[in-house]
Amino acid sequence: MSARNPGGQRPITRRTVLQGAAALGGFVLCLRESGGIVLASQPPLYGAAAFPGGVVENPLVFVAIHPDDTVTVTVHRPEMGQGIRTSLALVVADELEADWPRVQVTQAPADESRYGSEDTDGSRSMRHFFEPMRRVGAAARMMLESAAAAHWRVPVSEVAAERQQVVHRGTGRRLSYGQLADQAMRQSVPEPSQVRLKDPAQFRYIGKSNTRLIDGADIVAGRAAYGIDTRLDGMLYAVVARPAVLGGKLVRYDAQAALAVPGVLRVVQIPSHSLPAQYYPLGGIAVLARNTWAAIKGREALKLQWDDGPNRSYDSRQFEKVLEQAVRNPAKVIRNQGDAQTILEKSGKRIEAEYYLPSLAHASMEPPAATARISNGHCEVWAPVQAPQATRDLVTELLGMKESDVTVHVTLLGGGFGRKSMPDFAGEAALLSKAMQGAPVRVMWTREDDIQCDYYQAAALEHLEAALGPDGMPLAWLHRSAAATENATFTAGAEGEDETEYGQGMSNIPFRIPNIRLEIPSVPAYARIGWFRSVYNIAHGFAVQSFVDEVAHAAGRDPRAYQLELIGPPRRIDPRSLADTWNYGESPTLHPLDTGRLRGVIERATSEAGWGRRMPRGHGLGLAATYSFMSYAAAVIEVRVGANGELTIPRVDLAFDCGPQVNPDRVRAQLEGACIMGLTLAMHGEITFKAGRVQQSNFNDYAVMRMSEAPREIRLHLQPAGFDVPLGGVGEPGLPPIAPALCNAIFAATGRRIRRLPIGSTLSRQTS
Amino acid sequence: MRYELSVNGESVHVEAAADTPLLWVLRDELGLTGTKFGCGMGLCGACTVHVAGHPVRTCITPVNAVLGKRITTVEGIGHDRVGHAVQTAWLALGVPQCGYCQAGQIMSAAALLRHSTHPTDADIDSAMAGNICRCGTYPRIRAAIHQAAQQLRGAA
Ligand code: FES
Ligand code: FES
Repeated sequence: MSARNPGGQRPITRRTVLQGAAALGGFVLCLRESGGIVLASQPPLYGAAAFPGGVVENPLVFVAIHPDDTVTVTVHRPEMGQGIRTSLALVVADELEADWPRVQVTQAPADESRYGSEDTDGSRSMRHFFEPMRRVGAAARMMLESAAAAHWRVPVSEVAAERQQVVHRGTGRRLSYGQLADQAMRQSVPEPSQVRLKDPAQFRYIGKSNTRLIDGADIVAGRAAYGIDTRLDGMLYAVVARPAVLGGKLVRYDAQAALAVPGVLRVVQIPSHSLPAQYYPLGGIAVLARNTWAAIKGREALKLQWDDGPNRSYDSRQFEKVLEQAVRNPAKVIRNQGDAQTILEKSGKRIEAEYYLPSLAHASMEPPAATARISNGHCEVWAPVQAPQATRDLVTELLGMKESDVTVHVTLLGGGFGRKSMPDFAGEAALLSKAMQGAPVRVMWTREDDIQCDYYQAAALEHLEAALGPDGMPLAWLHRSAAATENATFTAGAEGEDETEYGQGMSNIPFRIPNIRLEIPSVPAYARIGWFRSVYNIAHGFAVQSFVDEVAHAAGRDPRAYQLELIGPPRRIDPRSLADTWNYGESPTLHPLDTGRLRGVIERATSEAGWGRRMPRGHGLGLAATYSFMSYAAAVIEVRVGANGELTIPRVDLAFDCGPQVNPDRVRAQLEGACIMGLTLAMHGEITFKAGRVQQSNFNDYAVMRMSEAPREIRLHLQPAGFDVPLGGVGEPGLPPIAPALCNAIFAATGRRIRRLPIGSTLSRQTS
Repeated sequence: MRYELSVNGESVHVEAAADTPLLWVLRDELGLTGTKFGCGMGLCGACTVHVAGHPVRTCITPVNAVLGKRITTVEGIGHDRVGHAVQTAWLALGVPQCGYCQAGQIMSAAALLRHSTHPTDADIDSAMAGNICRCGTYPRIRAAIHQAAQQLRGAA
């Protein structure tokens, strides 16, 4: 799809990049601090360096110091609520010795050759850019110091930057950053090896929570600009009627009534790209109007006839049968130690269970929306996208332009959760602007469009078996995980999870079990599959952590003690020894799976929650612990189940170890959010398909947890860590333990085991 | 049709079809994009404004239903004592994540606090039941409403 794509077929995704890094090991372009290009032939790259955009550490790219004594930091990672515009800026500001109230932020446009990787998913922004942004800030500070030393004609060793000023130690003379601005930007950029970082003990902002949210004041005053808010002179408003079935095509249409709606100007057909869907627009008919309402009414008036295409008979209930078949038969073995099969066959104490997670839609509060304008051969796009460069590549290709003629401005995202990693909607805006001779066009998806034309979290069925030894501990463990792969969105016919997918909490279980067999069946995809916050960890975490609880109960043991025994003593496990060659793209030596840290969060969550305390009737505590995105999370959830099955959640205790926390307040916010999103999917989340169509349409039938249902108390327990520990992810890893902890708590309260999500009305339907 | 509306203390004229939801008049005609679209069916609260002091879902309120009534949007709520207290508490507690739902949340919270100086958790649950936050900021919204209420009581 683009020259940036090493695979040649599918666009850059976190999968292709990371696999590419491991598999190609060939020539990799690295942008170094000086902005020069280093061509390196080297063994596998890890972390940010494995991405096509790599890392840029040039302070001139990211920092501008102004004569009015303010500082502008350019943030190259899109903001979708994780607080990255604040958090990356505070890292730069801290090393720069800038005064936080004088720091402002600008958002980088799509341009990875200038800014480095902008692809924002995988809980990577701070993990990958903490160190680079420290060096950016430190290098800029050194340039200010050099400028001051030159001004005073003293050795640079005699001056030091301090709170927006450079001070000459001997004489106490001071120059403000504003006074030094011009000279500083003209100093040579220090060599990477010369950049002096602060001692973490000197941090003013990093690891503190004293930095206001950079966009907070704009948000509460209604001034913050999201993708849906772009307004340009002469802008047209578009809504699109898309095929309801993936791969469907428009056969004929009658737009007469639509064009008769006052305010409607034109209808434009968008061609449907052949499958696989990739990032291309789905096609259909766009109604362009003078305002949103006319466009919506115009669309309602369209008469459309579709050929539903190859997925016309997709039925998710039927598909469950396919998944059942898949997990009940031998499949591709991806990890095998000992002889689990024989032991399971012979075992006197064999436990077996299957867990189902349906498809999920992201439902970010801001639906997809994008604006495009073409003038003088240049296309400008404004879009709320997690993958700016992929957006630019798509628009470049769709318009047949040169990359340099396409600018993508990244707006704030009103939530992303993985949906806005896919820029199809920005492609629609570009095509429509082109059809209107370059006039500015804003495409907005309605909620129905969003829920019915999403890139979905794949439905999954997880089959687990364990044979227990005389001591009640598992002798053998079998797990088959059946779900469509996201690769199917990019490669026709791709089936079943790949190593980046089963590496999310299925293959890399750190349990001390002598016989383990893990299998991945081939499962096709009939809808667009896309990344959803924490991705395959959701189904794997739900199944594995529910099953551990079931096995503990079968063994007559306390689930906490049982899980700790299963994990065993603290040790650092090379993920490759767990058949995990992916490791989220990170170095296996820098980021081993540390069972001591996993034990740590379990011990912390359970002690904070008062594990083992006597519970009132109808109450129960459930525990689950997961490792994902290089971070460790353990949740203890307290539920109350009423006589008629009413479920309330008085309290959640979530212990979390992501290494050091750069912006602890935003870490907490992400964990609160992950907890509520995890509860939403556990209690309500379900997308079903019939005749290839999504049956849900809006928040009435695709419910999102509301305030009254949310836990009254979410108590967060962050594990302390020094800045010598490598950073883990934050945005996603709080989510996977939530659903299993909830279901384990329901079991503790009622004796009812939930193996199928969402819980919905299960508890009130038949109380045991 | 041409209508005269009172928005944030100003009288404005707009051209719109009579059935146009107030949401699109505010956003498309008046450029007041602080009020958000989330569902179009009165289900999520993102589009909440005050009409004559009461919270209203503008996505299902036709423009011709609000003629002659005082409309206040998030852009104007800061001029109001209660609205200002809500915004201040929101910032102090770092409520927003993506921020997209927050205009609606703030408008619902301000409407609650105008009538209730001592809201209980149950009062908050019912006043905020129509507002969805996909980012999950509910615990902080609750805390911020209590904090704003306390500040308003102190200042009263
Ligand atoms: S947009 Fe009006 S309630 Fe959702
Ligand atoms: S803050 Fe993102 S939807 Fe509420």
